[in-house]
Amino acid sequence: MNALPTIGPLRADLQLISDMIEPNSRVLDVGCGDGALLAYLAQEKSVDARGIELSHEGVKSCVALGLSVIQGDADTDLTDYPSDAFDYVVLGQTLQATRSPKDVLETLVRIGRHAVVSFVNFGHWRTRLSLMLNGRVPVPAGNQHGWHDNPDIHLCTVLDFVDLCEELGLKIDKGLSLDRHNQVRQIKTGSQMANLRGEQAIFLLHRE
Amino acid sequence: MTDSTVTLNPIANGELPGHQVELGGDAPLCLDSGAILGPYTIAYQTFGTLNADKSNAILICHALTGDQFPAGQHPITGKGGWWELMVGPGKVIDTDRFFVISTNVLGGCMGTTGPSSIDPKTDKPYGLDFPVITIGDMVRAQAMLIDHLDIEKLFCVIGGSMGAMQVLEWASKYGDRLYAAVPIAGAPRHSAQNIAFHEVGRQAIMADPDWCQGNYILEGKRPRRGLAVARMEAHITYLSEPALHRKFGRRLQEREQVTYGFDADFEVESYLRHQGSTFVERFDANSYLYITRAMDYFDLAAEHDGILAHAFRDTKVRFCVVSFSSDWLYPTVESRTVVHALNAVAANVSFLEVQTDKGHDAFLLDEPVLHETLSGFIEGTVRHSGLAL
Repeated sequence: MNALPTIGPLRADLQLISDMIEPNSRVLDVGCGDGALLAYLAQEKSVDARGIELSHEGVKSCVALGLSVIQGDADTDLTDYPSDAFDYVVLGQTLQATRSPKDVLETLVRIGRHAVVSFVNFGHWRTRLSLMLNGRVPVPAGNQHGWHDNPDIHLCTVLDFVDLCEELGLKIDKGLSLDRHNQVRQIKTGSQMANLRGEQAIFLLHRE
Repeated sequence: MTDSTVTLNPIANGELPGHQVELGGDAPLCLDSGAILGPYTIAYQTFGTLNADKSNAILICHALTGDQFPAGQHPITGKGGWWELMVGPGKVIDTDRFFVISTNVLGGCMGTTGPSSIDPKTDKPYGLDFPVITIGDMVRAQAMLIDHLDIEKLFCVIGGSMGAMQVLEWASKYGDRLYAAVPIAGAPRHSAQNIAFHEVGRQAIMADPDWCQGNYILEGKRPRRGLAVARMEAHITYLSEPALHRKFGRRLQEREQVTYGFDADFEVESYLRHQGSTFVERFDANSYLYITRAMDYFDLAAEHDGILAHAFRDTKVRFCVVSFSSDWLYPTVESRTVVHALNAVAANVSFLEVQTDKGHDAFLLDEPVLHETLSGFIEGTVRHSGLAL
């Protein structure tokens, strides 16, 4: 009765995020979906796990799992938190769906001592090739939307993201890229390779 | 029981099920108004068994017209309790596992001291001599009862509507005496619109000649028409337009065509009249005035320089805030205000807006999402508290 429900293995990107998080820390997962990462962190790393999720379904399943999750949105529901309220604030594949990624990123590193941000890299060679060959806006694999109704309104590449971090004075502690074969590579800032070969990127940041 | 001459008999005859305890004999309540009240009686009902370390108690706070009977047969209506879907063996608030306490609020009319009680100073019903009470006073009285029951820390305080206001008050004033707080379909303060609706209800009661300036008990009368109108008006605010439409549309009441008169032509009119007339059999008009006033005065931020977050500073309480998408009486934005204030103090909070067209009353109805969410939250809190429940 007193144990969390058993959970399966994490998705590869979530596993990488989890590996960046110290045990016994305070974590806010923004866009926590069905709570898979939070449940894993709570169970495996004794993390004080909190979440924010936009979808009714997601919040319902999280709270039903016993997780502390509020229905809300990264653009409007983060600003109330005090500075350094969390050790880590995770934004997993959500940045591109925010109205103002810059403000959101600034808020993440304010309310968390660290931010962990992952996104689909629009600079991947398949995306580039797809636009060149087909002449149509590329839609990343698994995305069911067309250009006109895609909730991902602020897509970016690894280089774009690194630039934004620089502009905001954020220190990148770690950068990893992941491809469809779950091959993980270190991202060296300034290198074009990760931007070409990484389908997803995961960064650990803090404000300087 | 439907005989119109039957008043609040079980109480008058001392046949009220549950418990009644006299408190405040040596330490009367200092009310927010400055008035002193004591001794006073709290009527309460319990379900389940208190465990050895007294850690499994859940306090249920009722709404404006609720009472201490959320489960089991109601002593006046003979129907099931107002939260029968939620409270009972194996239900969300599992009485096989938890010791559930439900009190009739201060100012109420189901056995707790209120305007229809006898004023010991005059040996007559208080009437309008009863001091104006607040949500804070209600909770203060509940805390005295919890002291009396020798329970140091409640596992959870839960309630909908006015019950949610009491929950917020509990979390704010007695944060170290509860593990979890579940305010459902509530608000941190009464809006101008909320106050306006209540004022219409009160005016309806006071405009009834049988109200007798509040002395109707002594005059052997009851302001049935006024109270019924107040209930009819309020009942509309508990439903949503789509729910009303689904339930009644423009259907006529047992007739083929409109009568070109002021009889209840429409089903919805007949329904409201029924709601009004049954309500007056179980509720006291002066209690309605006092309790609506208490709700109007509720403004949790006001006593913290207008900053709601300060009401919850350093709170260790786990919150589960729930609102309903079609509730226009206490709309989601009110719950979200609470959530934002809790975020500002980095409190542990869950929040869900349940998608439903049932309006404010959804908290009383069969809403599987609500039940599923609360079950998960309670389970999570048990886990988190480390209590062996």
